[in-house]
Amino acid sequence: MSQAPKPEELLRVSHIPPKKDWMDPRVDLIPGTWGYPGKASSLETLGLPNPREWNPTDEDWKLPPNWKEIIHEGLKERLEKYRSLKVFLDICVRCGACADKCHFFIGSGDPKNMPVLRAELLRSIYRQDFTMAGKILGTFAGGRELTEDVIKEWFYYFHQCTECRRCSLYCPYGIDTAEVTIIVRELLNLIGVNIDWILGAAANCYRTGNHLGLEPHTFKGNIEYLVDDIEEYVGVRLNPTFNRKGAEVLFIAPSGDVFADPGIFTYMGYLMLFEHIGLDYTISTYASEGGNFGLFTSQETMKRLNSKMYAEAKRLGVKWILGGECGHMWRVLHQYMDTMNGPADFLEVPKSPITGTVFDNAKSTKMVHIVEFMADLIHHGKLKLNPSRNDYLRTTWHDSCNVSRGMGMFEEPRYVLQSVCNNFYEMPENTIREQTFCCGGGTGLNAGEFEYLRMMGGMPRAFAVKHVQEKHGVNRLVNVCALDRAILPPLMDYWAPEVSVSGLTELVANALVMEGEHDRLTDLRGEDIPGMEGDE
Amino acid sequence: MAVWYSLLLVLGMSLFVYLGAGLLGLQAIFGIVVPYAAILVFLIGFSMRILGWARSPVPFRIPTTAGQQKSLGWIKPSKVDSPYTTWGVVGRMAMEVLLFRSLFRNTKAELTEGKLAYGSSKWLWLFGILFHYTFLTIIIRHLRFFTEPVPFFVQALDRIDGMLQIGSPVIYQTDVILVAALLFLLIRRLVNPQMRYLSLPADYFPLFLILGIALTGIMMRYFAIFKVDLLSVKVLAMGLATFSPTIPDGIGVMFYIHLFLFSVLLAYFPFSKLMHLGGVFLSPTRNLPNDSRMVRHVNPWNAPVKVHTYEHYEDDFRDKMIEADLPVEKQA
Repeated sequence: MSQAPKPEELLRVSHIPPKKDWMDPRVDLIPGTWGYPGKASSLETLGLPNPREWNPTDEDWKLPPNWKEIIHEGLKERLEKYRSLKVFLDICVRCGACADKCHFFIGSGDPKNMPVLRAELLRSIYRQDFTMAGKILGTFAGGRELTEDVIKEWFYYFHQCTECRRCSLYCPYGIDTAEVTIIVRELLNLIGVNIDWILGAAANCYRTGNHLGLEPHTFKGNIEYLVDDIEEYVGVRLNPTFNRKGAEVLFIAPSGDVFADPGIFTYMGYLMLFEHIGLDYTISTYASEGGNFGLFTSQETMKRLNSKMYAEAKRLGVKWILGGECGHMWRVLHQYMDTMNGPADFLEVPKSPITGTVFDNAKSTKMVHIVEFMADLIHHGKLKLNPSRNDYLRTTWHDSCNVSRGMGMFEEPRYVLQSVCNNFYEMPENTIREQTFCCGGGTGLNAGEFEYLRMMGGMPRAFAVKHVQEKHGVNRLVNVCALDRAILPPLMDYWAPEVSVSGLTELVANALVMEGEHDRLTDLRGEDIPGMEGDE
Repeated sequence: MAVWYSLLLVLGMSLFVYLGAGLLGLQAIFGIVVPYAAILVFLIGFSMRILGWARSPVPFRIPTTAGQQKSLGWIKPSKVDSPYTTWGVVGRMAMEVLLFRSLFRNTKAELTEGKLAYGSSKWLWLFGILFHYTFLTIIIRHLRFFTEPVPFFVQALDRIDGMLQIGSPVIYQTDVILVAALLFLLIRRLVNPQMRYLSLPADYFPLFLILGIALTGIMMRYFAIFKVDLLSVKVLAMGLATFSPTIPDGIGVMFYIHLFLFSVLLAYFPFSKLMHLGGVFLSPTRNLPNDSRMVRHVNPWNAPVKVHTYEHYEDDFRDKMIEADLPVEKQA
C-alpha cells in the first residue's frame, strides 16, 4: 500500500474541474495511477507491433515513425468494422448523464474520467480527421489535432477505464464507453503502447494456456495441492482428471482460482461439488484459463485466446463445457465466443446429467455458467446442504460488472447464496444489480503500481459494503469473478477492514455435506467454524 | 467562450436576415431558396448519415443487460430490460425512444462527510422529455400552415394545446414549456461546473438556435408590434408545400428570421449531435436481444487468426506432461 495515501486524504477529492481546457492533452503522470509498459518479450510472443523497452515517464515513447498514419488507418478500419463505434462517436449530446456514474470519476474527481469526456478524447480526433464539420471548422466543431501528447493522454485515461459499462446503462442512447475504450486500446496496441499487466497475462495465456504462465505439470500440481487441502479439511480424497478424452463435461475456470487466495477456496468448492454430484468431467491444462486478457488488447487477441476452449472440447470429445466463476471470461463467452470461434456443432446442447435440465439459454454456445448449473441442482434438491455451517458469515452480494451488465445474471447467484447461507443483506439499491459498481481493477488494472488509483476507483463499491457492514455487521463480500477475488480484498482492507471476500462456490462447498466426510471443524480456509468446535 | 460564440452566431444570423429580407427586400431568397435548400440538405444529409452507419456491420451482440437473463425455467426473465425476443427488443426501444427510460434511471452521486450518497435525479429526464414532446407538438401544430383543409388531429392538438385559454390570442402551453425546458438545459450547462467544462460550441449552438426559433415564433404570435399577417404566411407555406412558391406582401421580417433559423436548424441537423434522433435506433447496446448463447450471430468480417494449437502446446511441454502423468497424443 506504499503508493496509496490514507483513506482520509482520498476522501478530500474534489469534483470541480480545473481551469485548464480539457482539449489540452498534456497529462501529469501521477505515480500510482498508471501501469508499467508491456515487456518486449510479451509483444514478441503475441507477434504485436513495436516491441521495445520504453517508459511512459520518458519524453520519447519510441513510437514508430509513421505512428500517425497507423492510428489514422486503424481508426478508419474500425469505423468500417463496428457500427457501435461510428454511432457512439456521432450521437453523443454530452448531456452528462454518465458523468458521475464512473467509479474512477467519483473516486478521483478527474474530469477526464467522466465517460463522456473519456470518449471525447477520441471523438475530438475523429471529428477533426473524419467529419466534414471538423475538417472545416476545427476546434469550433470540437476537433483536436492528433499529437504525441494525445497518445500519452489516451494511454493514461483509457487505462483508467475498466470497461464496466456502468455509464452505458444511464446513457439515453446506450453509448457504451467500454466500446470506445476497447477500440482505443486496440489503436494504442497498433503502435506498441500498452501495459504489462495486460500484455504479460495475454502472452502467458497464449503460450501456456493461463495468465500465470503455469506449465501443464505445475497447473496440475497446484490443483493437487488443493485436493490435499480438501482431504485435510473435509476428510474426502478427490481424484480430478486432466486432459481426459471422453469425459462428458469440460470444466474451465479462471486460472486465478488455481493459485491465489481466496480464489483457491472457490476452486476447492468446484472440485467438491463435482465429486458430490458425481459429474463426469475433466480439466484441461491447454485451455486452462477462462479469463480472456485478449479482450483488453484487441479483438484478434481475444479470439486467439478464446479459440482454445472449443478446440480442446473438440479434441477431448466432451459433450458440453461448464465455466467457472469469472467476469470477463463470461463477457467473452456470452457476447463473443460463438460468433468468433463457433459454431460449436461438434458439441451437444448442455443437459445436466443430474437433473436432466436442458440449458436452452446455452443451446448454441454449449457453455453453461457454474452458477446456473448450481442453481438448477439446488432447485431440484440434488445437493445435501447444511447452511448453518455458514452461520458465522454475514454476507452481501457483489454483482460483478460483466455478468450483470454484460450477461444479465442476477437471480441465480442470489438464489444459490441464500440456499447455502442464512445471513444475507443487500447493499443499497443504487449500487447493486445492473447499477453495480466495479471493483476498480478489471481489464488488467490489477497491477501493484496502479494501486493509488484503484483505491479511488474502488471507493464507491467499498462504501456500499461499508454501509451494510455498519448496518448489518456484514463480514463477507461474495462475488462471482476471479478479478474481484484478487482486487476486493485489499480494497476492503483499505476502506472496510474486517470484511473478507470469497467466491460463491466456496460457500456452497462449506455447506455441502459430502459422503464420507469427517466432522467439519474448519471451513475451506482451514479456519475454525465458530459454533462447530464443540460439536461431537 | 463556447457559449458566447454560439449566442453571437445566432444573433448574427438574425441580423443577417433583418438586413437581407427586411432592408434589402430579398424575401424570395429567404422565403423560398433558403427553405428549399435546407430541406434538401436535411433529407440528403439525414439519409446519408443513416446509410453511413448502416454500412458498418454489427459484428457482435453487445446489449447492455439491465435485467435478469432468460436462463432456468423457474427464474423470471426480464423481457424488456434483458430482451430475448424481437418483441422484447421492440419494447425496450419503445421505452427508450418514447419515454427516455435510461435517462429516467439517472442518479446523482455525492460525496459528503466521508459517505457516498446516491439520490434520484430526474430533472434532466423531465426537462429533456418536456423539450422533445413540446417541440414535436409545435412542429405538428405548424402543419395547419401547410394543409388545407387542416387535418382533424392538427386541429385537435391545437385546441388541446390552447386549453388553458389565457388571454387572446390563446396561449399555447407548449410554447411556455418549450422555452422553460430550453432555459433549463442551457442554464444547467452553464451552472454545473462539470457540464460547463465539457460543453462545446456544438452543445450551446443548437440550444440558442432553437431558443431563437421559439422566441421569434412567440413574438410574432403574442406581441402586437411583431405581428405578421397569418393569412400571407399560410399562402407562402402552401406555396412551398405545393412546389409553386410565391411571396405574398406584408409578412413582417420577424417571420423571415423565424423561418431562416429553422432552415439553419434543418441544414445543421445531419452534421451534428442532433442526429441522435436517428442514431438512437441503431445503438447496438439497446437494439439487440440478449440471446447470444441461444442463437449464433454471424460476423461478416470474422477473419482467421493465428492460434496456439494443442499440437504446438504439446510439442512445447511434452516431456513435462509425461513426467506429470498427463495424457499426450504423441509419445516423446
